[in-house]
Amino acid sequence: MANVTHSVTEGSHHELQPAHPPTSTGLSNEKVAMWAFLGSECLLFGALISVYLLYKNQSLQGTISPIDVYDIPYTSVSSFVLLMSSLTMVLALAAIQRGDHRRLRVWLLATALLGATFVGGQVYEFTIFIREGLKLDTNLFGSSFYALTGFHGAHVTLGVLMLLSLFSLSLKGRLPTERAETVELVGLYWHFVDIVWIVIFTLVYLIK
Amino acid sequence: MTDATRTHDAGEPGPVVTTPPEEGGAKHAHAHPSEWEYVKIALVLAAITLAEVLIYYVESLGNLLNYILIAMSLVKFALVVLWFMHLRFDSRLFRRLFVTGLVLALFVYTIVLSTFHIFTR
Repeated sequence: MANVTHSVTEGSHHELQPAHPPTSTGLSNEKVAMWAFLGSECLLFGALISVYLLYKNQSLQGTISPIDVYDIPYTSVSSFVLLMSSLTMVLALAAIQRGDHRRLRVWLLATALLGATFVGGQVYEFTIFIREGLKLDTNLFGSSFYALTGFHGAHVTLGVLMLLSLFSLSLKGRLPTERAETVELVGLYWHFVDIVWIVIFTLVYLIK
Repeated sequence: MTDATRTHDAGEPGPVVTTPPEEGGAKHAHAHPSEWEYVKIALVLAAITLAEVLIYYVESLGNLLNYILIAMSLVKFALVVLWFMHLRFDSRLFRRLFVTGLVLALFVYTIVLSTFHIFTR
């Protein structure tokens, strides 16, 4: 069947421009797929968070517990860094939508750097925990904590790699304004990683 | 018929596919927020994060602390999803896809955790 529907999306604030080839829904297939993927990711992280909540206080007496290792001020700064990376990401998208490629690269690089700072902070936190005696196989709390935060860290790392790829493409002139949706898709993934951390920060670190 | 629901290239044979305007068409073309609005949202997010950390150290709140922290977390979650991810401005289909996954996860894992009496310990 011929796929003939035309679609437009918001290019800049008040300027309409074509964003993707015609589709039967009038929406970008890639964007539909990304939202479906993010919906399914809710189930993945829901499972990991549930396992953590179930196991965090199920360890043998005398072994290390959450209250012994968490450094709330340190993790708060990490959370703030990741939260601000969502701002720089959305500014990168706004920049490419109005055709400002220099600012696009600035904001993409800023987002990647903030993401890398978060991951670096997480690796440092893990080394401190291991030094204090909490390893992956120490107890149920350790296993579920590292599985949850490790999976999230892997997602952030993947996001940083995608951001650096976009930066590289833009430098080579292979990311024109017409491909703003590519930045939007990476942005959706990045914001999702941020909202997962919002939940983890509260449920894992703050709730007593 | 708007640009968003136009269904046929001139001279091209074949069936016509119509885009429901409330799905992908006209509603897809809402204006996104300005950069200053994004900055304002980020400032609110930063302020809530700071408040979360400060409240964490208030011992007198007892069990109320958990409810306040969850409420603050939900506000941050909603702000990022609705504004930064543009779910407030984009097609309803995207909203449905995401909310379906989210509600399914909440439903399934609430049942799982209830089975293990996690809320009554």
